[in-house]
Amino acid sequence: MNESIDRPNDLDGREPNVGTPISTSSEWTFELIQKYDEAIAECAAEFGLDTYPNQIEVITAEQMMDAYSSVGMPVGYNHWSFGKQFLQTSKGYQRGQMGLAYEIVINSNPCIAYLMEENTLPMQALVVAHASYGHNSFFKGNYLFRTWTDANAIIDYLVFARNYVSECEERYGIDAVEEILDSCHALMNYGVDRYKRPSPISAEEEIQRQTEREEYQQRRINDLWRTIPKPEEDDPVKRKPRFPSEPQENLLYFIEKNAPLLETWQRELVRIVRKLAQYFYPQRQTQVMNEGWASFWHYTLLHRLYEKGLVNDGFMLEFLQSHTSVVYQPPFNSPWYSGINPYTLGFSIYTDLRRMCENPTDEDREWFPEIAGTDWLETLHFAMRNFKDESFILQYLSPKIMRDLKLFAIEDDDNQNHYTVTAIHDEAGYRTLREKLAAQYNLSYREPNIQVWNVDVRGDRSLTLRHIPTDHIPLGKETDEVLKHVHRLWGFDVFLETVDNGKVQNTHRCPPLSVDDD
Amino acid sequence: MGMTHIVDRRLNGKNKSAVNRERFLRRYRHHIKKAVSEAVQRRSITDVERGEKVSIPSKDIQEPIFRHGAGGRRDAVHPGNQEWVAGDTIAKPEGGAGQGQGQGQASPDGEGMDEFVFQITQEEFLEFLFDDLELPNLARKKLKDTEAFSFVRAGFTSQGVPAKLDVVRSLRGAHARRLGLSGARKRKIRELEAQLQALQTAPDDLDPAFSHEDQIKALIDEIAELKANVRRIPFIDEIDLRYRQHQKQPKPATSAVMFCLMDVSGSMTQMHKDIAKRFFILLYMFLKKNYKKIDVVFIRHHTSAKEVTEEEFFYSRETGGTIVSSALKLMRKIIEARYSPAEWNIYAAQASDGDNWNDDSPTCGKLLAEGILPQVQYYSYIEITPLDHQTLWYEYEKLMAEHPQSFAMQQIADPADIYPVFRKLFERKAA
Repeated sequence: MNESIDRPNDLDGREPNVGTPISTSSEWTFELIQKYDEAIAECAAEFGLDTYPNQIEVITAEQMMDAYSSVGMPVGYNHWSFGKQFLQTSKGYQRGQMGLAYEIVINSNPCIAYLMEENTLPMQALVVAHASYGHNSFFKGNYLFRTWTDANAIIDYLVFARNYVSECEERYGIDAVEEILDSCHALMNYGVDRYKRPSPISAEEEIQRQTEREEYQQRRINDLWRTIPKPEEDDPVKRKPRFPSEPQENLLYFIEKNAPLLETWQRELVRIVRKLAQYFYPQRQTQVMNEGWASFWHYTLLHRLYEKGLVNDGFMLEFLQSHTSVVYQPPFNSPWYSGINPYTLGFSIYTDLRRMCENPTDEDREWFPEIAGTDWLETLHFAMRNFKDESFILQYLSPKIMRDLKLFAIEDDDNQNHYTVTAIHDEAGYRTLREKLAAQYNLSYREPNIQVWNVDVRGDRSLTLRHIPTDHIPLGKETDEVLKHVHRLWGFDVFLETVDNGKVQNTHRCPPLSVDDD
Repeated sequence: MGMTHIVDRRLNGKNKSAVNRERFLRRYRHHIKKAVSEAVQRRSITDVERGEKVSIPSKDIQEPIFRHGAGGRRDAVHPGNQEWVAGDTIAKPEGGAGQGQGQGQASPDGEGMDEFVFQITQEEFLEFLFDDLELPNLARKKLKDTEAFSFVRAGFTSQGVPAKLDVVRSLRGAHARRLGLSGARKRKIRELEAQLQALQTAPDDLDPAFSHEDQIKALIDEIAELKANVRRIPFIDEIDLRYRQHQKQPKPATSAVMFCLMDVSGSMTQMHKDIAKRFFILLYMFLKKNYKKIDVVFIRHHTSAKEVTEEEFFYSRETGGTIVSSALKLMRKIIEARYSPAEWNIYAAQASDGDNWNDDSPTCGKLLAEGILPQVQYYSYIEITPLDHQTLWYEYEKLMAEHPQSFAMQQIADPADIYPVFRKLFERKAA
């Protein structure tokens, strides 16, 4: 037994590793993967991990590149952007600049995990633990996934989408379909109802509803445009009512339902992209939690195997080497630094939660009185289920982690010619630091807040969007390009107003004002 | 647990991305075509066996989304603090690269991140190269029969000359024949010997009428005869003999030489040369399918001809008049010196804008008819001009009538003509 390998679940060392190792070579076979999976499943059950059934698929590096290029969708519609992604991935891979991910895992039921055939056996075991038990239980347990995605229906829906897109291509031509998809992709991040729970999608229903929609949708839209609101008789001076009456944050939904000129099939394409955006929405908000959870469990489960004597020292050393590089956080001044590593942050928080439950310090009792000394499994599961990255960090980032990672916050104000350090890992800074780090994971902090403001229903049918900046941060250079896409979908003039301090500061428009247009 | 399915997907198609990749190429065909035609300028005409690296400005393939721009006030949390405490200020780097936006990454191989670079295959390369030529699939054409033959083994035959006798085969046949012919007799001999033995060892009957003696004698005689028969089977018979058989197969001569002749006088612009170059590339690809080794000889001429490198051939410019016969004379000299028609398949392609000194054209006709055409497999002439023909064309027309098998000519007015003309020139002629 190697003294340098932790035994996190066996603190007294009372459990001698009595089992025989499942394997001693690092060559994998299907039989061995099966055996490891069974052993890991047993450990996962000990820890109460609740998962969808697993489907593990062994694939080649080339197939992994294919999977990569379709953003992990096992079935995707055809689009040039996936081809671009593929070219990029294969170039990087062929030059050895980039290793492929060890795994891709799909939020579906059964939960599909891809293993690459190049992996060694310890790597395969790591991936099974990480993806098939870590991510899988996260998909099944986290409230965002429970609310926003339907693991039972996604594959069927993807098949429906793929077939629908290729049917449209046959009927209306590749270019026409590509144009609409390009425009929808540009707005994909604005295709989600952030607060309303969407109804679950099911492919069968979808096909049926799609036909029904075709019949009445167009009529409904015509109705909208035909209905001229009666002028307010009592008060002719009163501001004319806006449409929509409340700002709408789901741009794609608004377009799907209200764009005057879209054909029915075009609306359906908008809907497909919107549904995909919705499917990916939880992933974008739980990267730290999800990767941290999966990393915590591959670490814990494989150590459990070791404690049971089912894997030997050689296996553990190879596994730990991979694990260490996965959760490595380069400092800000390292050439490898590219922001905070979500694996590190998430893994640290879950690990620290367990530590606080099992070995609380005075500091923990002061900061986390409701956690220190409680049942660690219950605490971790609660944390996994009920948060997204932003609230998770705000809730659980401990002073110890801030010290371990030596976190510091700096402020970059374009009015100043220097950066200011606003907080560091000390008593005075913990809370500020935690708030600021949490805020970084708030989607509306990362993406400009843009909503549908008004449609000139009685006039030129122009669409006005409003941008409400945070901290005076302006829109990027691509804004006009994106507006062209909005214009393509909307079919009439599109305006984008930036409203800061209650005043319209700046307006983008498409088509732009031409010079001689006076 | 039994909840997990493990599936081997490795044999499933790996080209799931092929359609998407094709979509990408389709969308950026304009860029790619440009890159391909630039590559053709750069490449040697013998260098068509590989794909090409294409780079597209990143801004052209960007998928725009709403993002934050530079400016405003923003916070960022980073790891690895070493010396700072709250309130410290850090000078912004020159140029205000700032935090926040565009985590601009330097590309490790020096390719700017503002270029999207990818590789297209050789097939795609050719497809894009001849895209505006409406290149159909290049069907393999049978070239003129070659004179050389080779002999290849074609099994064995029972007739032949002693020199081709295959001893092992023949003896093996003989052995089999002997076994076949003697087997039944030998079996019979063994049976009879066993009977003889039985009779000889059995106690003789006292009654002479039942004596075994007669039987024994009869058996001994029969055995002796059978043994004599077996001995008479010849050790080797004529029908055992096997000779190695060879067949005469026409041998595609493995080497060919391709002469590229081009007028580089002042009237030939770079556009003319590019068209010629594509034509030469096509010819080279075509020959490449049929021959293992190809030499290419470049002869350029204005009033005098010179053998040059490919580089000089396509890119240096001369001024002055045009005497085509100078090139033909040089070609003949080179054939005499280096490319004996017995060993080489000789092809020639001549490109010109049709200009020639009037007095020279009949000389050209004569040179070709007498000195060159008898030696070459094929001589093609392309005239790159939208204008009316001059004397050289008419002179060559006479040649074509006299030598339809080895001489062909066509006019090319713009790049779109190259491939059809090429096809026409290299169509199989009725024998």
